[in-house]
Amino acid sequence: MADSVKLYGTVLSAYVSRAKMALNLKGIKYENIEEDLSNKSTDLLKYNPVHKKVPVLVHNGKPISESLVIVEYIDDAWKGVPILPQDPYQRAVARFLAKFIDEKCVPAIKAVGTNGDDHQAIAEACAQLQVLENELKVKGTKFFGGDNIGLVDIAADFIAYWHGIREEAAGVTFFTKDKFPKLTKWADDFVNCQAVKNTLPPREQMLGFYMKFFGKVNGM
Amino acid sequence: MSEMGEIKLLGAAASPFVNRVQFVLNLKSIKYEFMEEDFDNKSELLLTSNPVFKRVPVLIHSNKPPVCESLIIIDYLEETHPDVHKLLPSDPADRAVIRFWAYYIDNEFFPLYGRLRKTPDKEGKEALKKQIIERSQVLEKTFVKFSNGKPYFGGDDVGYLDVVLGCFLGWTKFVGNYNNFKILDEVRQWRNLKLF
Repeated sequence: MADSVKLYGTVLSAYVSRAKMALNLKGIKYENIEEDLSNKSTDLLKYNPVHKKVPVLVHNGKPISESLVIVEYIDDAWKGVPILPQDPYQRAVARFLAKFIDEKCVPAIKAVGTNGDDHQAIAEACAQLQVLENELKVKGTKFFGGDNIGLVDIAADFIAYWHGIREEAAGVTFFTKDKFPKLTKWADDFVNCQAVKNTLPPREQMLGFYMKFFGKVNGM
Repeated sequence: MSEMGEIKLLGAAASPFVNRVQFVLNLKSIKYEFMEEDFDNKSELLLTSNPVFKRVPVLIHSNKPPVCESLIIIDYLEETHPDVHKLLPSDPADRAVIRFWAYYIDNEFFPLYGRLRKTPDKEGKEALKKQIIERSQVLEKTFVKFSNGKPYFGGDDVGYLDVVLGCFLGWTKFVGNYNNFKILDEVRQWRNLKLF
C-alpha cells in the first residue's frame, strides 16, 4: 500500500519550507496543501488543535506538528539520505545548534527593525550570527551537515534566504560578506541545493510581504 | 558507559531542568558526579561549557565536549544507553508526538509560571493563572490519552514525558487548589519513587 503524505503549510513560511526540504532530501512524494491562515481549514484545526499552526505533516492519517519535530520524524521514518548524524554526540550537537537558531539567533535577527541606528539590536544579532560563522570556520565544511545539508542547515533556512529579503525591505543591512564570509557563502550554496530550491517562496512575493509588514507600502 | 568516560552534571538542585536529567541518569543507573552551580556567581566551567546559553544543566564527560540543554541531554542519554530503562517508544510517529508534547511543556506550559512570578499586578496574575489552568487541562487530556488507565504517560513505567513534566510538579501545587487533576496524582508517584 502506498504511503499517504500530506503537508499543510503556506508558501511564505520558512518553517513550512523546512518540512519540504526534509521530504525532498528523502525523495518523498507528498500532497502540498496551501492554507489560508486568515481562514484555516477544518483539516488543519483537526490535525493541530493545540496550536492551529503550520506546518503539519500527516503521514497515513497521523498528524505531526512543530517544524523541527517534523524534520526529525521524516529522518526517523524514512531511510535514504540522513538528515541527522548517526553518532549520538554529533546528534546532540546538531540538535543544540538547531535550538540555538530558533531560540536565540533568529529572534535576535528579527528584533532588528527599520531603525539603522539601533546599534544594540544590530550588535546582538551579529553576535548570534557569529556563533554560526565560527561553527562553519571550525568545521571547515561546505554545510553544517558536512558535504551535504542536514538538520542545522535546514533549521537555519530563515537566515539563508528570508533574512536577506527582510533586510532589503527594512532598509537595514548587517548580514554582509565582509562580516560573515563563511556564513554568506553557506547561504548561497544552501539556496542553490536541489532539495532546497523549489521549497523557497518567490523573492518578489516574499519582498512584498515584508514591505507590507514594515509599513512601507504606499498608496494601498 | 566506558565510551563516555567519567560523567559530571553541572547543575543546581533547585532547577527542574537539572532534576529531569538527574531522573534519567538515575533511571538508567548511570553514575555521575553532581557539581552545584551558584546562579549569582557562575563558574568558569559553566561559562566555557555553555557559552551560548550560560545555563545549567550541562553534561560533562571526561573524554568528549559537553552536552547542553536538558532535553538534548536526555535524548543523548537515551541514545547512548538504549538498553536500560528505555524512555521513548520505537515507533517514529509515537516518538514525534512525544517530542511535540515535550516542546509544549517547555515552551507553552512551564514559562507561564515564571511570568506569573514576575507579573506585579493582580489582573495580569489572574490572566496568567487562567492560562495555566487551561494548559494544565490540555496536559490532563494528553495524560489520560497516553496513560490509558495506567499510572504514567509511559504506561506501566516512567517514560519520557513523565520525566519532562515530572520535574515541574512541585510548582503546580497551587493549580491543585483550583481543580482536581488526575495528572497531579503523579506527585504521589514521584514521592514514592524518590528519584532525587
